[in-house]
Amino acid sequence: MMNKDQRIGGRIAEWGFRTMCLAAVIIPLLVLATLVIDVAIDGTQRLSWEFISSYPSRIAEQAGVLPALVGSLFVIAMTGLLAIPIGVAAAVYLNEYGKNSWVANIIEINIANLAGVPSVVYGLLGLGLFVRFAGMGRSVLAAACTLALLILPIVIMASREALRSVPSSLREASYGLGATKWETIRQVVLPMALPGILTGTILSISRAIGETAPLIVVGAVAYMTFLPDGLNSSFSVLPIQIYDWTTRPQAEFLINAAAGIMVLLSVMLLLNTVAILLRNKYQKRMY
Amino acid sequence: MSSTPKLSISEMDASYGDHQVLHSIDMQIPAQQVTALIGPSGCGKSTYLRCLNRMHELTTSATVNGTVELDGADIYHDDIDPVLLRRRIGMVFQKPAPFPTWSIADNVLAGMKLTGGVPDNADEIVEKALKGAALWDEVKDKLDKPGTSLSGGQQQRLCIARAITVEPDVLLMDEPCSAIDPVATARVENLIHELGENYTIVVVTHNMQQAARISDKTAFLMMGELVEFDDTSKLFSNPAKQQTEDYITGKFG
Repeated sequence: MMNKDQRIGGRIAEWGFRTMCLAAVIIPLLVLATLVIDVAIDGTQRLSWEFISSYPSRIAEQAGVLPALVGSLFVIAMTGLLAIPIGVAAAVYLNEYGKNSWVANIIEINIANLAGVPSVVYGLLGLGLFVRFAGMGRSVLAAACTLALLILPIVIMASREALRSVPSSLREASYGLGATKWETIRQVVLPMALPGILTGTILSISRAIGETAPLIVVGAVAYMTFLPDGLNSSFSVLPIQIYDWTTRPQAEFLINAAAGIMVLLSVMLLLNTVAILLRNKYQKRMY
Repeated sequence: MSSTPKLSISEMDASYGDHQVLHSIDMQIPAQQVTALIGPSGCGKSTYLRCLNRMHELTTSATVNGTVELDGADIYHDDIDPVLLRRRIGMVFQKPAPFPTWSIADNVLAGMKLTGGVPDNADEIVEKALKGAALWDEVKDKLDKPGTSLSGGQQQRLCIARAITVEPDVLLMDEPCSAIDPVATARVENLIHELGENYTIVVVTHNMQQAARISDKTAFLMMGELVEFDDTSKLFSNPAKQQTEDYITGKFG
């Protein structure tokens, strides 16, 4: 009855499933690693302080990413400033105030759909709404508004999920002590949801920093000879600069593109590290 | 027995949507005594308790009819702010729920921190409340540690300290011992008994022995109706109704 051999079928199935899951982890990682290594081999030839601190040039060896890097950081900072407060406020409304009302349900379904809209569509919306109708022109502000719209659904959904995970027993405990809804949200719910909100928003920001299509439509410039000096300034961003270099006929510019990709990846890596550090910092306060 | 009741409940109905949970409850809860609510699961004990500090209405589609008077004033009157009412009628829940991002001391002061400000004599208040909740000796050296670092029973006493810090008139307790171990239960029971000297306490319990140990008066509820309400000693030794007798002798429930 308890003979080990009778379980052999089960053991093979167990081993098979485990191997399959392991493969599912390793194969995508291998593909990614190949890409990164390939880029790094080309990119390191050009990557230097000079590359980071120079303006674009017709000569590949002298071209750099400075305006694009500054533009990316500027646009992304503005995007965050716009999208995070609005997104968190919307999530608070949906989860704390509009709970179970049909309006909130319809809004939520629509937000989930919006997250799936191709980013170039947001670019067209930005072109029509911000660049033309609102008269912002092809500016940093128009780009930030467009990207903010793009990541807003992700920010809202991530924040909503974080708020939802705060146990209702804590809300009730707060009401039981005579706190108002606002006092409860501000002092009990939001601090507990903060790690989740931070992770979600920073991940969405690092998605926005890699976006190319909507910014081509909104009108990012690929050849900037000066740094953006304000919200109304024209601008370039790293993905646009990289895209531009890959379309040049001279092969040397492909090396520039690879180096640009390395800069972009570093910025993303930095952002994600900050996200993880912040989450760990705030999570440590509770268990 | 004191003559004027602290809470006077008359013809109270409570529902969730179309589902009526409580049917025409009439009951006078005496001041500065412990009143226990017993009855089988789903009889409406917790709902009853939540109607007394207007927590019930926080649930979507929940409704209450009838009157509940606190010292003669109807708490469901339009002029009453439920938020202010809940500072006079505190609540301790089934599962201890200290605020995880706050220290032990901050948890004790939670009512004040949440609703405006902590007074200058915060340290005294913390000490007094923790002593009141029989927790002081165990936590006095680690007041700045998180509230959630305590054991379940300690957390529940912390929640009781938190509730008495706002100096309520009435303390409602919803099965305060059901999530903690027997030793911790004994401590919380002693505490409830002591607090009953100064506070009007209404405690829901599914444990009849516990009701007998800690309460002065006991109400037996079944299917959302009040079957019997009497002195605890009388109700457990000589119940007036057959249903009550069947329940306390373990014939059902």
